[in-house]
Amino acid sequence: MKRALLSGNEAIALGAWCAGVRVGAAYPGTPSTEILEELAARPDVYCEWAPNEKVALEVGIGSCLGGARSLVAMKHVGLNVAADPWMTLPYIGVNAGLVLVVADDPGMHSSQNEQDSRYYARMSKVPMLEPADSQECLDMVRAALELSERYDTPVLLRVETRISHSRTVVEYREERVGADLPYEKDAVKRVMIPGHARLRHPVVIARLEELEREAESPSMSVVEMRSSRVGIVTSGVCYQYAREAFPEASILKLGCVYPLPRKAIREFASHFRRVYVVEELEPFLEEGIKALGIDVVGKARIPRDGELDPTLVGESLAELIEMDTGVKHGGWSPPAPHAAIPAESELPGRPPVMCPGCPHRGLFYALNRNKAVVSSDIGCYTLSVLPPLAGIDCQVCMGASVGMALGMERAFATSEANAEKAGRVVCVLGDSTFIHGGITGLIDMVYNRTVSTIIILDNRTTAMTGFQDHPGTGRTLMGEDTHALDLVELCRAVGVESVRVVDPWELEEMEAVIREEMEAPRTSVIVSRRSCVLRERRAGVFYRVDEEECTGCKRCLRLGCPALVMRGERAEVQQDLCVGCSMCAQVCRPGALREVRADG
Amino acid sequence: MADVLLAGVGGQGNVLSARVLAQAALSMGYDVKTSEVHGMAQRGGSVVCMVRWGEKVHSPLIEVAKADFLLAFELLEGLRFLRFLGGEGTAIVNDYRLDPLPVLRGDAVYPEGAMEVIRSYAAGTVELDARELAAQAGDPRAAGSCILGALSVFLDFPAGVWEESIRLSVPPRAVEVNLGAFEAGRKAGPHPA
Repeated sequence: MKRALLSGNEAIALGAWCAGVRVGAAYPGTPSTEILEELAARPDVYCEWAPNEKVALEVGIGSCLGGARSLVAMKHVGLNVAADPWMTLPYIGVNAGLVLVVADDPGMHSSQNEQDSRYYARMSKVPMLEPADSQECLDMVRAALELSERYDTPVLLRVETRISHSRTVVEYREERVGADLPYEKDAVKRVMIPGHARLRHPVVIARLEELEREAESPSMSVVEMRSSRVGIVTSGVCYQYAREAFPEASILKLGCVYPLPRKAIREFASHFRRVYVVEELEPFLEEGIKALGIDVVGKARIPRDGELDPTLVGESLAELIEMDTGVKHGGWSPPAPHAAIPAESELPGRPPVMCPGCPHRGLFYALNRNKAVVSSDIGCYTLSVLPPLAGIDCQVCMGASVGMALGMERAFATSEANAEKAGRVVCVLGDSTFIHGGITGLIDMVYNRTVSTIIILDNRTTAMTGFQDHPGTGRTLMGEDTHALDLVELCRAVGVESVRVVDPWELEEMEAVIREEMEAPRTSVIVSRRSCVLRERRAGVFYRVDEEECTGCKRCLRLGCPALVMRGERAEVQQDLCVGCSMCAQVCRPGALREVRADG
Repeated sequence: MADVLLAGVGGQGNVLSARVLAQAALSMGYDVKTSEVHGMAQRGGSVVCMVRWGEKVHSPLIEVAKADFLLAFELLEGLRFLRFLGGEGTAIVNDYRLDPLPVLRGDAVYPEGAMEVIRSYAAGTVELDARELAAQAGDPRAAGSCILGALSVFLDFPAGVWEESIRLSVPPRAVEVNLGAFEAGRKAGPHPA
């Protein structure tokens, strides 16, 4: 037996490998990214970065039908992308087991919304398991795969940021079971023409009843009886918070959050006048329990947005529980803030920023100079929404920027109120994002003869999630060399007449090219190409300010580079942060920024 | 049983230091939980990691005013997370200022006397110039190991446990520098009374 400290993501990968998973597919997305990276580091398992989550799931469907246990991983919003195949997969079922790991992000540490993925389980009539620590991550992946095979259904494993990115102790045997099922053709079951699908839907419904019996099993529904007066129903990381907030409370911890184990819930609730539900985001468990006619309180007291923590859980429920039961709050209550400690609001914030030398900085500087209306996508470059660049007008989800630019352009072109904005719409998106969801929007633009400019910020990696490869980088997740998708040729092939490649460190050229393409009455693409500065630095060069020449005009500060500071009336370069990109020197009118070579 | 909060700026390496510390606590036979920050916040933003150990640990999160130790990799971040430190807790503070963008642009003022504020709240605050000490040991990026060295005098983990933990957690080529930085940090701080 080994004992190790593993993150939830590492434990999921280890559990999948031990359970004999032979195919893993994903598109990177915080907080789920490390699952596939960890799985790919192990032998005898094919792992891939798919272009997007929908393709990742389709790969998983194919491989489980082909007899290989399979794992697909994505962040919560990725499941929206994969929702189309996901909703029909339960009809056709699996052959070998298939588990889809979906990572929710309450508090939006690194996301654009905080949707609650548990509703996908209900909508698709698929069981969903939810681990409360890394040990359960490891154990539940295997349980999910076995359940999947036993009931011929895909299974959802839901984690949250605090499960994925918390390290907790795991005990395990590094042994792998074999899983290799024969494939046999069964078109009535696997080809969803209406006549077949009508036969399969009742099967899906009947299966749910059987799955509920599994949810009732003691390995899934854990009852901890302590207090005879206070009973809490919870799941996932919220179990840990409830445990600390109310150490004496009795707890029903649900390992399967859909379908709900109604018998276990009724039995647990029968001991109490009322039960309390501790869950993050939506009142998913609460609604299910309420439907059983049980007196339950949850979201009336506990916030529906953001993350919970033990203090918040305690503060939300303590008063009510004492009123209901007379039991005083046994958890931690923080003292009043000490007078010496400044309030968070009094301190300067430290938002994430684009790195010194980041190629995106030059692009957004040039866009601002052209007074563009910018439809943006999701990536590091979204950080340019913050001052001083403040260079983004709108952003929704992966790949949306292109279609949004098209729609906005059509609105401006037919408007009197916004006539001066017509022809000024520019769309920006990353290389990985363009492949993920932007290419179809571009086809739409060309097809429908749209006057707009698409800028692909090609930094040769998926930077935001930690430098994952993608179809344009020429390398696979397995570390093999492969064909590198040529973005320029791809854009030309869909009918874009003007495709130009520019180095975003060359500010003047970038500004001129953007101006020309914004003026041109056609769909055009600019590939803003330079490797992410965290991957490829310019060695041995940095800049310094000549104090005699600096007039203190702060023009260089408009770049928003963290290496540039004002010291009194003069600008200063923090040399240990400077990577020598030269953009500040290019914008400095008096020429006060001088290149220095470290070798003398 | 101890709760340690590591506050710093994305890129300073406090995620790695949290792993070294957690690994050491694991080797001591404790139940351990950590919480890390990944993704967008790492791009130069405020980054906080939490490490908790004891006989049994439930929540991976440390509650306000409950941390036994605050390891501040940067002064402003030390100030920002000071409210997590318990009244009896100890702050170990890297005497290093890294201006956030709003300060660089002149839209906000970096709080003066951050170290004094921390000291006035937390008696026995340990101050050290971890970057300088780590630079002397061979690489300023090993500042985190230096801070862990200063923490180590307050804990009863044997030297071998720390060494093994550093070897397990940092890249092989950085092991010696980090061991050196750890020793420098261990010697730098005052020892507990």
